[in-house]
Amino acid sequence: MNVLGLLRVAMRALAVNKLRSALTMLGIIIGVAAVIVMIAVGAGAQARVEEQIRSLGSNLLLILSGTTTSGGVRMGFGSNLTISEDDAAAIPREVPETMAAPALRGTAQIIWGNQNWSTVIFGVTPDYLEVRQWELAAGRVFDASDLAGATKVCLVGQTVAKQLFGGGDPLGQVIRVRRVPFTVIGVLETKGQSMMGHDQDDLILMPISTARKRVLGAANLAKQRSVGTIWVKVQEGYDMKAAEEQVRSLLRQRHRLQPGQDDDFSLRNLAEVAATREASSRVLALLLAAVASVSLVVGGIGIMNIMLVSVTERTREIGLRMAVGARTRDILGQFLVEAVTLSLIGGLAGIAIGIGTAIGIAQVAGWRILLSPESVMLAVAFAFAIGVFFGFYPARKAAYLNPVEALRFE
Amino acid sequence: MAENLIQTRDLEKIYRIGDNEIRALAGVTLDIARGEFTAVMGPSGSGKSTFMNMVGCLDRPTSGEYLLAGKRVSELAGDELAEVRNRNIGFVFQAFNLLARTAARENVELPLVYAGVAARERRDRAMQMLAKVGLAERAEHQPAQLSGGQQQRVAIARALVTRPLLILADEPTGALDSRTNLEIMALLQDLNRQGMTVVLVTHEPDVARFARRLLRFRDGRLVDDEPNHQPDDAAELLGREAVAA
Repeated sequence: MNVLGLLRVAMRALAVNKLRSALTMLGIIIGVAAVIVMIAVGAGAQARVEEQIRSLGSNLLLILSGTTTSGGVRMGFGSNLTISEDDAAAIPREVPETMAAPALRGTAQIIWGNQNWSTVIFGVTPDYLEVRQWELAAGRVFDASDLAGATKVCLVGQTVAKQLFGGGDPLGQVIRVRRVPFTVIGVLETKGQSMMGHDQDDLILMPISTARKRVLGAANLAKQRSVGTIWVKVQEGYDMKAAEEQVRSLLRQRHRLQPGQDDDFSLRNLAEVAATREASSRVLALLLAAVASVSLVVGGIGIMNIMLVSVTERTREIGLRMAVGARTRDILGQFLVEAVTLSLIGGLAGIAIGIGTAIGIAQVAGWRILLSPESVMLAVAFAFAIGVFFGFYPARKAAYLNPVEALRFE
Repeated sequence: MAENLIQTRDLEKIYRIGDNEIRALAGVTLDIARGEFTAVMGPSGSGKSTFMNMVGCLDRPTSGEYLLAGKRVSELAGDELAEVRNRNIGFVFQAFNLLARTAARENVELPLVYAGVAARERRDRAMQMLAKVGLAERAEHQPAQLSGGQQQRVAIARALVTRPLLILADEPTGALDSRTNLEIMALLQDLNRQGMTVVLVTHEPDVARFARRLLRFRDGRLVDDEPNHQPDDAAELLGREAVAA
């Protein structure tokens, strides 16, 4: 008998006990749905980590002044700015595989015409954009002479550009930052949200010298060369761990820290931070994997159980089929196809429910999900394999019945 | 007389249940020619069912040999026997054994499915057979929608559809009333007249009287083998009944 014929026979047999068939599929449905959700959530988390690492710039170390507060966010400038522009200059000199960009941070109200906007300003060196792998959408970057002369030029982020200028062209416009006039010489590309959910495009970049002298110029800060952060980009292919250790020991040396003494700065590998932040969704994916495997096994046992019942109920039918010429493989095939049909229908229902659940999770919990045809294929393959595996024993039992006894079975 | 379709030599079947040995068949030797209508009779436990299972290739003898149309089938096993049954033997059972929720036509097609016949030809041949047993109009009815007699006729159509050498009917009228009983026997007699070899297993003399040869079994042995020179004609009896009514 061909597969199509077997399928028809199987569908008919399953339709006899619709409720029983549906209940039998439940384990497979839940298992397959869990597999789909698990892969969707896991892949979504993975994609998000990768995206954030891309947006941060890969191979990036971040050095923060002083001890950090929770979550890595320092609240404004304190008196303990322990790292300096000189540290930043020393890093690429001592560790040639790196590039360092110091950044001095502050907030300010900015004004253009009758518009105003509160944003973050960063005093940086021209290297900053390269370290952060940030491109310009328009205009130019300030150069060494701007840095030396502390000229009043700035680059604006996309959010600032939108808020202040609306649809207009910001290039060449003069904005006032804490009442100091600045000429906009460039507009940054969109960077998107940071892993903390901050809008990274809501900022102004200016030469660090200008920021120190003209904008954030508290008297004590102006004299020093201290900064809040230093971004360090490590050459592609160079070991991040080694770079981290080299930078750390260099800074400890420069700050004259004794062995055993705590660091007076904080050094982070941002890719690792981003990866850790997605750990919660990974845990969920693992949990779902556990649910999926348990449910699939239980579902498979359910199928085996029902198939055994079905073989017993239909002993006379099997006997009759044997009497009219069914061979061992015909009976085996018939019951295997029935078990696989059961598990595949369950699998398809599970895929539908899984996709629905994944979309629901994405909307309710706000997690990123990624549905892939591969995961659907994997689920179908799983369902198929379970049907074959758990259907084989009952089918074999049916196929090796003695026709005389099967015909006489009451 | 035509060649012998069935030849058994010292056919023996021993069942072991625990330490007990039961000799269900204790050496049966007989020949049945093509075109015969033979009734196998005997009380339960006489070995007639075991004999039928052997002749029907549903089971293998413990010893002795069985030739079906000259072919030694007593040494075949499993799938080979299934093929012999499929090609050569048409079964009719007491309980009809039709597949539930399956149209009469599909029931009749079933042996052809296992013979690997293509769908179109299966359908045509099944319809021919249903017409032959007078059920062409009921082809798409399911067994539950048919009377007992009609169901048994579907079963006979199924037995005939592979053009077998032999129809093996095991108490075919056991579940039917006397009038339907006559209808089925008339059908079997009609088939026999057209040349079909029929072996009928029954414990009722009332059924056996339509056969042309009577075999009696007792304790696993063939104890009596006699021709019935004047078998009753079921169709004639049916007609007479109709007139009386």
